[in-house]
Amino acid sequence: MEDTGTRSFVERLLQLDRRWIFLGIALAVVVPFLVPGFKMRSGVVSPRTQSIYDTINGLPAQSVVMFAFDYGPASIPEMQPMAVALCKHAMSRDLRVIGVAIHPQGPLLGGQALREAAEEYGKQDGVDYVNLGYKPGGAAAIKGIGTNIYKVFPTDLSGRNSATLAVMQGVRTYDNIDFIVALSSTPAPFSWIAFAHEAYGAKMGVGVTAVMATDFYPYLQTDQIVGLINGLKGAAEYEDLIRHPSYGMLGMSAQSVAHLWIILTVIIGNIAFFMWRARTRG
Amino acid sequence: MEPGEAVATGMYYLSGPVIGTGVAVLLTLAIYSFLYADNPVYKFAEHLFVGVSAAYGVAITYHMAVLPLIIDPLFRPQNTPSGQPQYWVIIPALLGLMMFSRFFRRYDWMSRWPIAFMMGIGAGLAIPATVQTSLLPHLYSTMQPLAPMAEGRLDLLTGIDNLLLLVGVVCVLIYFYFSLEHKGVFGVASRVGIWFLMIAFGAGFGNTVMARISLLIGRVQFLRFDVPEIFFPPSP
Repeated sequence: MEDTGTRSFVERLLQLDRRWIFLGIALAVVVPFLVPGFKMRSGVVSPRTQSIYDTINGLPAQSVVMFAFDYGPASIPEMQPMAVALCKHAMSRDLRVIGVAIHPQGPLLGGQALREAAEEYGKQDGVDYVNLGYKPGGAAAIKGIGTNIYKVFPTDLSGRNSATLAVMQGVRTYDNIDFIVALSSTPAPFSWIAFAHEAYGAKMGVGVTAVMATDFYPYLQTDQIVGLINGLKGAAEYEDLIRHPSYGMLGMSAQSVAHLWIILTVIIGNIAFFMWRARTRG
Repeated sequence: MEPGEAVATGMYYLSGPVIGTGVAVLLTLAIYSFLYADNPVYKFAEHLFVGVSAAYGVAITYHMAVLPLIIDPLFRPQNTPSGQPQYWVIIPALLGLMMFSRFFRRYDWMSRWPIAFMMGIGAGLAIPATVQTSLLPHLYSTMQPLAPMAEGRLDLLTGIDNLLLLVGVVCVLIYFYFSLEHKGVFGVASRVGIWFLMIAFGAGFGNTVMARISLLIGRVQFLRFDVPEIFFPPSP
């Protein structure tokens, strides 16, 4: 009787309605936001994120950084905190920031990140930063910046002549851009690495959604990129580094609880499976 | 009318941000209702999303590509930095229009020209770039010394690291080599290759889980922080 009871429990576990697991994930994500003061330790900052922070931190004032906003609304939870943190860091260091995009929805989200940072640090559009907007053509557009940025982006997003903007003075090719960070939820960073770094020697970092991050680890090992910001965790690390906790850090407690729940269900599922297999074979 | 006054009179709740946020809340809940069971509300939200995304893409492409790259240089040169008409853009514009010939069976052969042009450009850009960016640098970085020296002494940990890299690359390549039967030493190496692949897939899966949970977190943050801020603004 006891054996049958145990077996039926294992079988019931293996046939558990998956909606119970969904409910567990929902609770794991929602509850940390409802419990006041709930916070799980976010962990150490990875050397990959630290490296991008150190590179920007090491640039002298008025250096030029370019952020490529190649993502759309579907990846806002991971990419926008990253973009905002990078813009805030660059502007807090008095760097000139150029925003570009080869993804059609990028300029609007990039523009929001630039404006949010500019408002905080009192920076002026066209003088301290500019949003050059979207350029179709992908790789061809990235390659074009290597010969003359004004042929690729003759005007900025607002229709102003790019060449006449104060922020663009002295900027013509990648030689005049000190650091590029390709922020993307698409394979665009591969093109940035190929046509900005390999073809013109531009110094680069990459920020991507977590689902894409493993694709870029080989480029870290070959030193083709100096650093990699990996999804929401990377965004939280960057917010931690610049001491500006926001949506990235806020989300990491829920992320940790959800991961614990998933690990627990994987372990329980495996134990149940091996018990069931041992009994059916025995 | 001041914002505070609008809240007091109730007009605030008929403003764009409030209505937009309300629609976003309903659509978020409609999409997540699929987790319980497929239903018409989910289907409606899904179709709405596809339609709005397509329309948004068309509008963005028109305003950020067609207007500044075709209309302005041809018909409104005063909006361009040079101020002069640029008639050469007629050629890419025509090639672009030829793409639409696919909608007419009699003329769909015309679409092959721009497709051939794009394939030529794409291959010309991608092939050397892939060799230069991915193949060669990654080959070089695989060739690491098995007994590296650091400050005149053997760096054992880096040596183990490099050995693992070598074993991993060779065994995974053997796994994908199908001209020899996978048995004996070859079979063992192939199975080791599978283990390396499984570890790589595990890392990929872990990151995928993190990415998907992040999307849910984004929606919960919207419902928890952004919605109350819009629906219940500070009193005047």
